[in-house]
Amino acid sequence: MTIADRLSFLWPEIILFGATCGVMMLGLSKHRSTRKLCAPVSGIALIAAGVAAWLTTPGPDTVTAQTGQLLFPGLALYGKGMIAVVGVLMLLLVAGTVDRADEEHIAARRARFNPLSSNRAEFYSFFLFSLTGLMLCAGADDLIWLFLALELTSLPTYIMVTMSGASAGSWMAWRNKSQEAGVKYFFLGALGAAVFLYGFALIYGGTGSTNLNEISDHIAHQGLNSLTMTGLLLALAGLGFKVAAVPMHFYTADVYEGAAAPVSAFLAFTPKTAGFLGIILLCGCMGWNYPPHGLAEAPSAAGLWSPDPAGNSLPEPIRLMLWVIAALTMTVGNVLAILQNSIKRLLAYSSIAHSGYMLVGVMVGPGAADGPFGKNGVAAVLFYLFCYGVMNLGAFAVVAVLERTPGRLADAQPGEVHEIESIDELRGLCRTRPLLGWVMAICSLSLLGLPPLVGFFAKAPLFTSAISAGEITLVVVLGINSAIAAYYYLRLVRCVMLEDPDPASPPTNESPFGSRRLAGVLSAAGVLVLAVGGNAVMRTAHHAAAYRAADATDARHADLHRPDPSPGQARAATDAP
Amino acid sequence: MAESILILLILLPLAFAAFTSWMPRRHAPTVALLGTSIALVLGVYAAFIFDWNITGRYQFENTVEWLPALGISLKVGVDGVSMLLLLLTLLLGPVCVLASLTAITDRVRTYYAWLLVLQAAMTGVFVARDLILFYTCFEFTLIPMYILISLFGSTNRRKAAIKFFLYTFTGSIIALAGLVYVAWHASEHAVSGGWTFDLDRLMIAAADLPPSAQGWVLAALLLGFAVKVPLFPLHTWLPLAHTEAPTAGSVILAGVLLKLGTYGIYRLAIPFVPAAFAEFAPYLAALSIVGIVYGGLICWVQTDIKKLVAYSSVAHLGFCVLGMTAGNEIGLSGSVLYMINHGLSTGALFLLIGMVYERYHTRDMGQLGGLAAKMPVWSTFMVFFVMSSVGLPGLNGFISEFMCLLGAFQSADGWGMGLWGSAAPEGVFLPGSTPGLLGPWYAALAGVGMIVAAIYLLQLTGKVVWGPLVEPAGHGDGAHHGHQHTAHEAGHDAPGAHNTLHPASPSPAGNQQRHSNLPADLNAREIGILVPLAALCLFLGVYPKPSLVAISGSVKQTAAIMREAGVFSKRPATLPPAEQPTPVEATPSAPREAQSGAQAAAKPSEAPPGAVTLSGHGGMSR
Repeated sequence: MTIADRLSFLWPEIILFGATCGVMMLGLSKHRSTRKLCAPVSGIALIAAGVAAWLTTPGPDTVTAQTGQLLFPGLALYGKGMIAVVGVLMLLLVAGTVDRADEEHIAARRARFNPLSSNRAEFYSFFLFSLTGLMLCAGADDLIWLFLALELTSLPTYIMVTMSGASAGSWMAWRNKSQEAGVKYFFLGALGAAVFLYGFALIYGGTGSTNLNEISDHIAHQGLNSLTMTGLLLALAGLGFKVAAVPMHFYTADVYEGAAAPVSAFLAFTPKTAGFLGIILLCGCMGWNYPPHGLAEAPSAAGLWSPDPAGNSLPEPIRLMLWVIAALTMTVGNVLAILQNSIKRLLAYSSIAHSGYMLVGVMVGPGAADGPFGKNGVAAVLFYLFCYGVMNLGAFAVVAVLERTPGRLADAQPGEVHEIESIDELRGLCRTRPLLGWVMAICSLSLLGLPPLVGFFAKAPLFTSAISAGEITLVVVLGINSAIAAYYYLRLVRCVMLEDPDPASPPTNESPFGSRRLAGVLSAAGVLVLAVGGNAVMRTAHHAAAYRAADATDARHADLHRPDPSPGQARAATDAP
Repeated sequence: MAESILILLILLPLAFAAFTSWMPRRHAPTVALLGTSIALVLGVYAAFIFDWNITGRYQFENTVEWLPALGISLKVGVDGVSMLLLLLTLLLGPVCVLASLTAITDRVRTYYAWLLVLQAAMTGVFVARDLILFYTCFEFTLIPMYILISLFGSTNRRKAAIKFFLYTFTGSIIALAGLVYVAWHASEHAVSGGWTFDLDRLMIAAADLPPSAQGWVLAALLLGFAVKVPLFPLHTWLPLAHTEAPTAGSVILAGVLLKLGTYGIYRLAIPFVPAAFAEFAPYLAALSIVGIVYGGLICWVQTDIKKLVAYSSVAHLGFCVLGMTAGNEIGLSGSVLYMINHGLSTGALFLLIGMVYERYHTRDMGQLGGLAAKMPVWSTFMVFFVMSSVGLPGLNGFISEFMCLLGAFQSADGWGMGLWGSAAPEGVFLPGSTPGLLGPWYAALAGVGMIVAAIYLLQLTGKVVWGPLVEPAGHGDGAHHGHQHTAHEAGHDAPGAHNTLHPASPSPAGNQQRHSNLPADLNAREIGILVPLAALCLFLGVYPKPSLVAISGSVKQTAAIMREAGVFSKRPATLPPAEQPTPVEATPSAPREAQSGAQAAAKPSEAPPGAVTLSGHGGMSR
């Protein structure tokens, strides 16, 4: 494959990258109206990228030389589409996160535009950069590519966290908080990156290739040697950092709390999605066709874990690790969320718990080649990612809309605003601001997984696929965790719907950026619409999770998607009895 | 029309809930009343065009695609049992609206809107023929009820609401795991391999669930449904929720929401895992008997009227579960009838208590007494419904309670039979014994509960209705205006048992402006809502045949399923796969003979097939 082939596959990313460069210049313009174009241009670019993905990215049914090389031929299309949709929602939310005070001063002719202190250009371009990286993750077919894409996703977020606090106002405490969050996030993120990079290196050492497809073939035919196994364990652990899986979760609450709410919403979706895409791809390399739990014999004398045509599980060490991490992640996330008083910390811990739910789906795997949606754990994860992105965004949007002026603080400056902190400040929201209150109530109930909202229908395939794979214990853990989660989500719902406004808490007002409200309303509407018409998305997710298993026995299925013989298939053909 | 009537019954209250929340607040009750009345009329119309000759079959079936990727559809349909429960739900709709007119004066629109949503959800449970639709509605009853309790309840309402939600939500999630397991089993055996949550298909597929799995599935389902019922050790949320809920909330809780648990057992647990259900029937029966006696004893010492009636629900629902565990037609019929009857009589009792509470703002038996002198009409109704609840022959409670006990008594060719039958001399004809694992001892122990029930309910009547006139301070003749509500401010979250007894207004804004408008005795509206309930109680008590016929088709099928499960003979806990129960539709015309035949094969010395005398079966225990 030439580089030109590959480029034609990357139209969405190319569009986003172009917009990134454009936005960076627009934001430095002297004219306020031009600077204001940053957000619309980003939005148009995202929509264009989505359309481009729709038009140019091959789906699982479109057979090209390119898709034949991918483990999940449909993943790129679904991933890019989902990223574009959620990206637009996130963009609506981030409006006005940076440079607000400066812009107000300039508008009031109290100050002149200073390109050195303006953050707008960087902020939007980092936003787009991160999403570019995310789209690249979805289409990754190589470890190097995957690593670069993951880093492209993550590095801008470190800066966005720091920037969001620093430029939202000059309240020292908060600025320090966001800087602390940024630094903490950066160092832990770098550690995580180092761990999975080391893992990637070991995988390369164990299999002799960085191409996911070749790795997959190598593992399918020669088994997992201990070097590859170590590499995979390390890589998954490192990616666990991106999805905030316990015990790699320690940064989450602090970072979400330190960053401005729109950026927290961004963090809850972007790195998490990148991490899950990476985890799915790595697990796809091994395949889910090892002898099931309990039947697995000790690795052979050569230290190999060999795939088995009858198997339906990940190799036992990986399965065990994911099992433990999933159970711990949901439990720790939910239990700690109960203890929180800060709304952002609560949502942070709940996002940890949701990662735990999704890990169940990854562990379960795509099931049989022609299996239905309800037995495909990967499809369940992909669907869940989308639903989670939408409903979580709604909850964060409410937090982002509500702000208050820190009247009595000594170092407060005129015109400066703060976000709400505690859950109690949401009290009586349905009465004082019905729209926001209902957005919060609907999104919380959906996050809780209450039928008939979409959160339930997102969780149901995780349930069904895990039961199909025989992971009954984990399903029970998942169920119990949903019940624990009911406690704190219900507290949120009670605050907004049932309680009277707290007269003691300082008055809040709504953010002047109407797009934030729009983001919240769109998310809540999305929650309702997906509950009724989620079938189309489920189908797409199901297609996206079509897995090109490298095993010789599944070669028949793979043939459908791969007319041209690739090295792996040629080998598969020779190995077939 | 006929096909869409059930979906209409779900959507109608939802639409009216939306109207209610947009209307000016003074019109909210009218709109709510209109919505529930139209639903009731539709329901009655449905009952008229329902073919009562084939009550075992589902009618008005209709399927709308929802999420086919997951095998979820909006499939609805009713048989005789669900039709009756549906009618009960629809009847309680307008009753609850009418009962709340004066009690709810604050956040009126919120109240009626959620009441209507609740009705839609309950309707959905009874008409669902798709597992996920059932579960969705089952779960979604929680939110409206949670809101009704925590906004409009009395002093401890928040604690009660959250306890109610968490208990039932936790249980239902576990139940969901069990239900999904059954669906998985069905999908494994489906031709397409796809998921389906269609109850008809699930029931066929569930017939060959391996026995080892049946036990676990039953455990999961029971955790969900027994919390809702509530069965003895899981009942602790109920008294609190009942006591704290507003009157209409209590009526719906007692009338319908508790029935969701028993209905779930009847509709899902028994058909899905009949073998395991029959296997564990004695334990379930034991739990329900503990509930009957324990609930009764607690009632005996209650001084809070509402709490007393709440605990009496624990006892009464114990009878309901006992009848189900008997597994014979009599027991099952009694159990299903009990659902209806308990809804009517206990619902009415809660209404009556609400009426007194609106006048005196206390539920403390120490502060109320001899109301017959002051409120003769109220007292008449009170005595009537208490008698119905006690199980006075001629009123509805008696029929169902008696049938449950009789079912348990006769359900004995297992060891329970051995205890009793060995004492019965050869040739003595004890008619009607049916295969089952319970026996006379169970009935006898549960019968103790009837006596206790009579004691506490008559004690209640004796104190509150008869006896010397006692009224709370400030509520003497014409002094209705003098009562000041001081507790509602302080009582927000104040814990402590005495708070529930303390005179407190039911909602923060209270109803002090309105209660003085009420006459000393019941007004026409209040009488109007009690009369239909009383008439139904009387009718079902004197002439229960129509209702028995209405449920007979479904009950026969369910009883046959349990017989077919073939566990009533003494067999090992885990069957080898060859002996697995056959699918439902293979029910032979004379399953009784088949059952006896199977036993005869196992024990050649046993009585010939078809013998229905107790002594004939008693032979095997000797």
